[in-house]
Amino acid sequence: MVTSATVTKSEKVAHPYAKKRRTLFVTLALLLVVSGIGSLMIGPVSFTLSEVWQSLVTEGDTLAHRIVWELRLPRMLIGAIVGMSLAVAGAILQGVMQNPLADPGIIGVTSGAGLAATAIMIIFPAYIGFLPLAAFLGALVTALLIYAMSWKKGTSPVRIILVGVAINAILGAFLNALMLLYSDRVQAALPWLAGGIAGVGWVQFDMIIWYALAALVLAIIFIPHLRLLRLGDEMAKLLGHNVEKSRFLLIVLSTLLAGIAVSVAGLIGFVGLVVPHIVRMMIGDDSRYLLPASALGGAVLVIIADTIARTAFDPMELPVGILLAFLGGPFFLYIIQKGRGSVAKS
Amino acid sequence: MLKVEQLQFERPTTHFELQSVDLHIPKGEIVSLIGPNGSGKSTLLRLIAKLMKPESGAVYVDGTSIESLSRKTLARQLAMLPQMNDHQLELTVGELVEFGREPHRKGYGRLKKEDEAIIDWALDVTNMQSYRHRLLPGLSGGERQRAWIAMAIAQRPDVLLLDEPTTYLDISHQLEVMELVTHLNEAYGMTIVMVLHDLNQAARYSDRLIVLKDGAVQYEGAPECVFCHDMFREIFDIDASIHEQGGTLFFTPNRKCEAVCSL
Repeated sequence: MVTSATVTKSEKVAHPYAKKRRTLFVTLALLLVVSGIGSLMIGPVSFTLSEVWQSLVTEGDTLAHRIVWELRLPRMLIGAIVGMSLAVAGAILQGVMQNPLADPGIIGVTSGAGLAATAIMIIFPAYIGFLPLAAFLGALVTALLIYAMSWKKGTSPVRIILVGVAINAILGAFLNALMLLYSDRVQAALPWLAGGIAGVGWVQFDMIIWYALAALVLAIIFIPHLRLLRLGDEMAKLLGHNVEKSRFLLIVLSTLLAGIAVSVAGLIGFVGLVVPHIVRMMIGDDSRYLLPASALGGAVLVIIADTIARTAFDPMELPVGILLAFLGGPFFLYIIQKGRGSVAKS
Repeated sequence: MLKVEQLQFERPTTHFELQSVDLHIPKGEIVSLIGPNGSGKSTLLRLIAKLMKPESGAVYVDGTSIESLSRKTLARQLAMLPQMNDHQLELTVGELVEFGREPHRKGYGRLKKEDEAIIDWALDVTNMQSYRHRLLPGLSGGERQRAWIAMAIAQRPDVLLLDEPTTYLDISHQLEVMELVTHLNEAYGMTIVMVLHDLNQAARYSDRLIVLKDGAVQYEGAPECVFCHDMFREIFDIDASIHEQGGTLFFTPNRKCEAVCSL
């Protein structure tokens, strides 16, 4: 076996992306802390940093305690979880599908959850308590259906995407029909379809936190699988990897992540598509860095967007899903324009 | 080392058929599969690598049918580089070669000392040590091909399958890759089966040529036996002149057989 002196020397050479990665992680961590604290301070009633601190550490029926502890803190934490889950789900799917345009919508999460939730809200309003569960199951069942229908001696990313498009169209038609047939009750469903976390509290937090943590831990465990799939189906197989099994598990995992987000926040699009995309432009597509950075980025984005959504149009509150599309769309276009040169080069 | 028995494969959509192929490739041989487009060379290679399932027949590596081996076990004995590799993979050469240790790893742990040593060896053999921390998209075609070969040999395979390893490379990089293949064979006894389009290269670097057409083996043997006028006429539809220089055979194409008259 040949080991030369040059080896030990070359070990010290940094990875080409090392500096960018460090910068991005430090920036996102700082942004997360700042936006998290900021979202507790800012609102129709604003508080100073020390007031926020006092309200968190002392019990007591003060105004600050009620607003910060009962309303803003759980909302901020849920925003962070929703952002993380969606961004990580998107990052996983873009890897699995080998397609930068993949997001949770592509495996039917949006249409499946949307249809199930709307059906509950419009046809069975008495069971509104089951809405999160219904949305989650709708997402999961649709994803599994798409996976099953794209099976033909194995799956391929292209076939999954095509089947996904077809199923999404069908479910979308059902959703539209439902809304037309019950047009008098549509009002109730609209905020949910637009996506938002207005009015969430500790109940919702308790409902999702353990599932979200479990799914995020699983995502970390599955990073090696994702990296292997990135080499392409054939290469992964040639390296002894069970491609179909990994792909299936990763799709289920991203459905869980997105389903958790959808169950409390409704249809928030965009985060899952854009966050991993921007992160990838900055630090490359190695899942070991892409997934954690996307998680942080997603949390930061949703916290900031939600803070703006609930304050900028006071006393009205905008669903954060709408705001994300409003602000995020143009920003994404800007990034693509700006990044065009470097992307084309690589 | 490598045995193919009555291997049959059908692709109904394109009416393609591989008709009962039998091969025996002893350890340490360099074998090239040649033949016109659509003759089944790549299909045969992919069947040997278990990327596709044959209708009937079997492939044996070291006496064991690959059907009974798990992908992982097979990957420790047999490595293959498919034709088109992703040029956009944002990995460093070192990171790519690490993947070659995948079949030998248990669980998700870090690389062991032994793995590190083998990765170093693979980088040294392919002369890629100084490129270790360079990203793949920034390399030339020849360097990138060497990086992929480094990954494949980091698997420590007994058999290395290469699907058109020199296509799209300029001539100096082509020779570099062929010299590397020869070195792997001579220094480490690796059995090599490759699909080549350049017939002169195939003759120059192979112990044996296997000529396929219409999904069947038509000629098989040392380059001296296979390189004959009949073979070029039957298989490739051309008239060729065959020359010899320093013990190496090469051919120059003269004209297409019938086309000239029928026009």
